[in-house]
Amino acid sequence: MSLTKRLFLGLTSVVLGSSITACGGGNQSVGCTDCDDQITVGILHSLSGTMAISESTLVDTEKMAIEEINAAGGVEVGGKRYEIKYIVEDGASDWPTFAEKSKKLIDQDKVPVVFGGWTSASRKAMLPVYESKDAFLYYPIQYEAQECSNNIFYTGATPNQQSEPATEFMFKRSPAAGKPFFLVGSDYVFPRTSNTITKEQVKSLGGTVVGEDYLPLGNTEVAPIIAKIKKALPNGGVIINTLNGDQNVAFFKQIQDVGITPKNGYYVMSYSIAEEEISTIGPEFLAGHYGAWNYMMSINTPQSRKFARSFKNRWGNDRVVADPQESAYNMVYLWKAAVEKAGTFDDNAVREALVGVKFNAPQGPVQVMPNHHLSQTVRIGQITSNGQFKILESTDGPVLPQAWNQFAPSSKGFACDWTDSRKGEKYRL
Amino acid sequence: MQLILESLFNGVAIGSVLLIAALGLAIVFGLMGVINLAHGELMMLGAYSTYITQLIFKLPILMPFYNAYVIVAIAVAFLVSGVVGILLERSVIRRLYGNPLETLLATWGVSLILQQFVRSVPLAYGAGLIIALLLGLLLPIVLSKEFISNRYDRFIKLGSWSIATLIGVLTASGLSSSISKIGRASARNVDVTAPSWMRGGIDLWGITFPVTRLVIIVITLISVLSVTWFLNRSVWGIRIRAVTQNRSMSDCLGISTETVDILTFGIGSGLAGVAGVAVSLLGSVGPNVGGSYIVGCFMVVVLGGVGNLIGTVIASFSIGILTDLIGAGRLLTIWPDMPGPLASTVDFFATTSMARVLIFALIVIFLQFRPAGLFPQKGRMVEA
Amino acid sequence: MKKSRQLKGWLLVLIWSAIIAAIIAAPSVLPVFRLNLLGRYLSLAIVALGVDLIWGFAGLLSLGQGIFFALGGYCAAMYLQLNSSANLPNGIPEFFSLYGIQKLPFFWEPFKSPLFALIAIWLIPAIVAGLLGFLVFRNRIKGVYFSILTQAALLVFFNFFNGQQKLINGTNGLKTDVTQLLGQMVGSDLVQRWFFWLTAVLVLLTWLFARWIVRDRFGNILIGIRDDEPRVRFTGYNPTLFKTIVFSIAGGLAGISGALYTVQSGIVSPQFMTVPFSIEMVIWVAVGGRGTLLGAILGAVTINYAKSLVSEALPASWMFIQGGLFILVVTALPEGVLGWVQSDGPRNLLTRLGIPRPLSTYPSLEADGDKEVKP
Repeated sequence: MSLTKRLFLGLTSVVLGSSITACGGGNQSVGCTDCDDQITVGILHSLSGTMAISESTLVDTEKMAIEEINAAGGVEVGGKRYEIKYIVEDGASDWPTFAEKSKKLIDQDKVPVVFGGWTSASRKAMLPVYESKDAFLYYPIQYEAQECSNNIFYTGATPNQQSEPATEFMFKRSPAAGKPFFLVGSDYVFPRTSNTITKEQVKSLGGTVVGEDYLPLGNTEVAPIIAKIKKALPNGGVIINTLNGDQNVAFFKQIQDVGITPKNGYYVMSYSIAEEEISTIGPEFLAGHYGAWNYMMSINTPQSRKFARSFKNRWGNDRVVADPQESAYNMVYLWKAAVEKAGTFDDNAVREALVGVKFNAPQGPVQVMPNHHLSQTVRIGQITSNGQFKILESTDGPVLPQAWNQFAPSSKGFACDWTDSRKGEKYRL
Repeated sequence: MQLILESLFNGVAIGSVLLIAALGLAIVFGLMGVINLAHGELMMLGAYSTYITQLIFKLPILMPFYNAYVIVAIAVAFLVSGVVGILLERSVIRRLYGNPLETLLATWGVSLILQQFVRSVPLAYGAGLIIALLLGLLLPIVLSKEFISNRYDRFIKLGSWSIATLIGVLTASGLSSSISKIGRASARNVDVTAPSWMRGGIDLWGITFPVTRLVIIVITLISVLSVTWFLNRSVWGIRIRAVTQNRSMSDCLGISTETVDILTFGIGSGLAGVAGVAVSLLGSVGPNVGGSYIVGCFMVVVLGGVGNLIGTVIASFSIGILTDLIGAGRLLTIWPDMPGPLASTVDFFATTSMARVLIFALIVIFLQFRPAGLFPQKGRMVEA
Repeated sequence: MKKSRQLKGWLLVLIWSAIIAAIIAAPSVLPVFRLNLLGRYLSLAIVALGVDLIWGFAGLLSLGQGIFFALGGYCAAMYLQLNSSANLPNGIPEFFSLYGIQKLPFFWEPFKSPLFALIAIWLIPAIVAGLLGFLVFRNRIKGVYFSILTQAALLVFFNFFNGQQKLINGTNGLKTDVTQLLGQMVGSDLVQRWFFWLTAVLVLLTWLFARWIVRDRFGNILIGIRDDEPRVRFTGYNPTLFKTIVFSIAGGLAGISGALYTVQSGIVSPQFMTVPFSIEMVIWVAVGGRGTLLGAILGAVTINYAKSLVSEALPASWMFIQGGLFILVVTALPEGVLGWVQSDGPRNLLTRLGIPRPLSTYPSLEADGDKEVKP
């Protein structure tokens, strides 16, 4: 075949490829009609790769929050109204890429703040960048804590706002109360650290952990793990599940087939399954199992209903909202409140102003604490057959966050306080 | 006894998924010498076909037959992956015969495009495109020879392709309007739900046998048997083997080698589609579903030896059983009072990640003794 | 004739001085972020040179160079972590406390010495590559089998590093940005600038080294192995030895590359050992031109730069472009861009388009001496 023909063939494959995506772009943001100036913020999540599934919902929520703020007159700083613009960067589900794109947003685009991240590994990769450049990251996901950076604000739950109350509930008040625990997770830092804490906690409650196992990310062959569970829990018990994304699908489909079901006395408590995941996995596999979150879509307050409704209006009626999205929504509003309080976009002033800021979030009132985490309400829910959580328990008010866990031996007796220069990242209580 | 039986079943269950996934790869590699890195993505297409079939069967008209959708899905997946495979063979791989390394790189490129395709293009449009291709390729074959080979053949070809395109567009718009879920592009993973008769398990001798796993074992068994029959007994199977053994001689004897290439690659790809159905029953369906199986498939092919189905079968089941033995820490259960150091070693490898590490190490050690796999091709060959 | 050689000499001097000037000036011209990117992509050129040596010259398509790349990165990061954790509790890196480890694992100990670390960066990957290569080549496993085995090895290393949180921090990887080197923070602009210069110099040295290797008889044997291995063996050479040596050299180069890449991106993690990254290395070489060393460098830098530009503008389309590139290069440009230019491709294209080749002698004489156009 002639060279030109081959060239042509090759070129068409490239051109065809790129033209398919070319129509994917969207409009930037709803404008602010009476604003004087603009401020550009950074959004950094995975838009491609394995994590894109989860992280794209956060981008949607953050865009929505920014549009809401713009429509309501933008951010008012130093007597001027600023319209918020945003630059979305793709972390590509690759931790070093998160670090690279952070550098770009800070050095090249000079954004005052970056909203971003999902996996702990991506946060850990970004952290040194923000610390060495003294820039700002807002991180919206419940995580394992044991970290307290002066350059990150964490709006997700710490273990004492999610896994600890959940473990206590499972051991004391669930139908499987007093039975042994089995811990299942994906093989990365959040499940490992979270399970370390759970093991210590179960021990102090007087229960037993009869086994734990981890599935490598990207692997969906769960048969060996299920075999282990059946062997370790012959008469039912509690399974604490910290599997990631699509591994949950394989897990829940297959445990049902071998009879690991609530009917037979097996109760799974999952820390990574929210409404979004329920609708993907299918409620028929999950009904009767448990979840613990700060926000659940079934919360029946005006703020919660408004949040869910505006999200559906903006992105489609079949979409759902869940805890990570609510955290992402909150952090944009908290940043707005902080810069308005500080009267400037300057890093240090905003950092000081942010502590103590309150926001009437969809989950109820939240407040930024001196350790750069949020005080939040904790809820335990049981998954129903229509894909929602039936809220069984919720704490009376917001629970204070602990950046350093009080069950894990390495951090017991430590705390974090950035408002007091003598205390800082990790001080003894 | 019960323990060994359970372990054996688990091993066979894991192995049969590996086998069905590797079967098409082994055929294409063994008979054509082509390494197809897009095999995982052909599986993914099969899995997505299952998903779409399931949604179509949820429409009111077809609801009464919902329980049988898996059987229809197998046929659909075979066709879809087969057609895409044939297209791949005609457009790219044909140009690269005899250059296995180049083929490997080109098929990797194809796999990237296919992955991004399902992310960026609504599934309904993808289905329409494939139906158009299927009809466009089939029509000239179905129509009688005399009808095509007159002097208007160009117009007839044009006509059949435009009919195919029209039907494709109609399918796409019909699907996207009646099933809104697949009318929009989405990077989200989707989920195939097994019909109710396939859920749950059968209790026998104190062991629960999950029905899904049994169904997959049966699908695998049928696929292996029919491939064996096809290659050994049918006319085209014999032609395929003839071309593999001596291409120019077969050509001289009047076997259309091009048709043989198309057929072999089509069947190999179609089997990837069937594997996709099996995989979709076990986990979620997403753009990356193929990637998680492909390396395991290659291990099976390398271990089993090229061009030998028995080798492939034995290799898959050995890897499956080993995965279960090591990964679930069964050695400790079978032999509870193992000496301390050995027990801690076994325990160290008793996680899914470490089991993979160990199995690979074992395969490399095995290849030191049998470099050409379990069943090497017989005869003296000049290395090329 | 003499005049043209003189001219060529001057041209060479000019090009070299331009390159050196560009390297010295780059930090003051480019913004910090772009400089950092350029430095990282230049360090990738070193691993690409290694891939070119084994694939372009010896015909070994390795899909597992990520192993050696990451090993080099880990060696560098382990030294940096230890170097800056002296005043932490227990004197061990901070992440260990997350998993309740009190004592440094034994294999970390030697990395306290900077000299050991400097040697380990290239020696450990080279040894691992040599060992893996020897086991594979000894059995005359080659071609696609070799590729598949290297890919599987990659996956195994990935699983191992990903799963061992208590030894090397698992998925999180090791960070280098806030560590100390010679009293300076590694992530600071000053140190990064020095790393950029170091990288640029090392790329040049590696290029000269690779040229030296392939110029010699060693290079001829490699090409011989690529084109007809049995014949090389029948001539009395031992291909296993040569293949092992060149694979080991490529491994060492990958290690150096990984170390430089790590200190400039601030993190080394098992992500360096994912399957796509290692295949990408091959495509840099393929696009640049396999068998042309300069092509490997150009390919690595250009494609990565294009990648970061495209993914900033249209994140989803990079996969399509990359996939298209694979197919395009393999089917239409098997020699890569530089190889195509060197084999008189542009001129041939013009001829095909109807613009005749300028002739200095009679056509009939020219026709004999015309270079054969490769299909």
